[in-house]
Amino acid sequence: MKNVIDIQGLTKRYGKLLALDHVNLSVSEGSIFGLIGPDGAGKSTLYHILATLLSPDDGSATVAGLDVVKEHKKLRAEIGYMPEKFSLYPDLTVRENLHFFASLFGVDVNKNFDLTAPIFDQLKKFPDRKAGALSGGMKQKLALGCALIHRPKVLLMDEPTTGVDAVSRSEFWEMLSTLKEKGITILVSTSYMDEAQRCEHIALINKGRILDVDTPVRLVDGMDKNLYNASSKEMYPLLEALRTLPEVKECYTFGSTLHVVTNNGFNPDDAVKELRQKGLEDALIWPAKGNIEDLFIKLAKDDG
Amino acid sequence: MMDKETVISVKDLTKKFGSFTAVDHITLQVRRGEIFGFLGANGAGKTTAMRMLCGLSFPTSGSGTVAGYDILRQAEEIKRHIGYMSQKFSLYENLTVWENLNLFATIYGMAAKSIREKADTVFKTLGMENMRNVLVKNIPLGWKQKLAFTAATMHSPDIVFLDEPTGGVDPYTRRKFWEMIYRASSEGMTVFVTTHYLDEAEYCNRISIMVDGRVKALESPEELKRQYHSGTMDEVFRIVAKDAKRGD
Repeated sequence: MKNVIDIQGLTKRYGKLLALDHVNLSVSEGSIFGLIGPDGAGKSTLYHILATLLSPDDGSATVAGLDVVKEHKKLRAEIGYMPEKFSLYPDLTVRENLHFFASLFGVDVNKNFDLTAPIFDQLKKFPDRKAGALSGGMKQKLALGCALIHRPKVLLMDEPTTGVDAVSRSEFWEMLSTLKEKGITILVSTSYMDEAQRCEHIALINKGRILDVDTPVRLVDGMDKNLYNASSKEMYPLLEALRTLPEVKECYTFGSTLHVVTNNGFNPDDAVKELRQKGLEDALIWPAKGNIEDLFIKLAKDDG
Repeated sequence: MMDKETVISVKDLTKKFGSFTAVDHITLQVRRGEIFGFLGANGAGKTTAMRMLCGLSFPTSGSGTVAGYDILRQAEEIKRHIGYMSQKFSLYENLTVWENLNLFATIYGMAAKSIREKADTVFKTLGMENMRNVLVKNIPLGWKQKLAFTAATMHSPDIVFLDEPTGGVDPYTRRKFWEMIYRASSEGMTVFVTTHYLDEAEYCNRISIMVDGRVKALESPEELKRQYHSGTMDEVFRIVAKDAKRGD
């Protein structure tokens, strides 16, 4: 399949800080590709370069077959970019924002209606509301609509669902699936691991370097097998007690249980006995199946 | 109804903006030392409700007490006895770590001597002694969060209100933050927190879920999962918030 984004040895420095360190990455046409990494990993810098807002110090990148430096003007018509911060005009209404972005790109608001209709359907209740007065989920839908108004080949989205509730996030991702079916390639970063799981491929990035690229399933399969659940009514004391056990490498909260990463010498029955001696009489330990979130924590820990 | 162990108690708290009822007769109690998760969809009325509890917004009707002070008559007293931290604004980037703590603690009315003593303890506990004079804009996100929480709790308030403290924060850093919450709660501080990460809802002692201005559910996570026949709080939230009509 054709690559719509192709990145070779991309490097960017801010003074002494190496924000991107020889990044190589390719994204195939019509896929949803996730960029996953902690704060300061270099995700936003990568977006800025791909969106032609920043020049790299070294290396090259093409998006939709166009070089991000040499052909940046042409490229701008082919990408839709949603930055991390809400960047529509808060003092313009929903309708005014749409018309403004349409005129920037020299297109008619109604021209790409098949793309934007499902989004604008949900906004049509309040065409005259100022963008700044919309709720979090609605703002993001409007921003998506504005990013699509010129029918871009590639959507670049930097944490589009931060501060958005679970139900609206699901709706937002359903829209992304529809856009993918229409052949649009999507590069998206997120701090929600349930969203990472919905990407076809993800790249794990930290400290300016790509650590791994694969499907979410294969990344998780390659993980350490020594992973357990632990629970008790007294979760915080349990967390502290588990961390004192020599076979426990790492212990962290995981929804209604704790996840415990151990070395090979760990015996769950012995650990439970020890916890009960420490007064955690209802402590339980049983094997856990890891997911992207466990992988992320492992990488953040190993690297930082 | 009100006793020493109840730190928030509100009845039929309501806020209208013109013809729009943002918060519609909410009634709830929060116990001392509890981690209370205040959930709801975007636009459900969480922020408006929280502003009333913090003494920042006057209710249209209803009544209640926070930290033992009356919402209707003692808003200034409430402000002194709570801490507040939001993701959007919590620290001055162009001040150092120490200057931020000193500023917040002074605003909360602490004496200079106790600020210095408390800051020494805090820097030691957090392992931040060498960061004292670093500008906040130059410290990593994880530290900023710890610092923002510390700034909101230097004056040992009865309750700390956290408005989406972990929005946009990666899974590793979010967990470090929650460990601070656990610790504060185990030391007797009441934590009132909003979040969109539903795994974090599991870490709360009790949860309320707001839909269209009303409290639709209020229970422990275990009990809610039982009532809604769900394995996770994520499923519970989707069921409860599914029929929301407004906001979004």
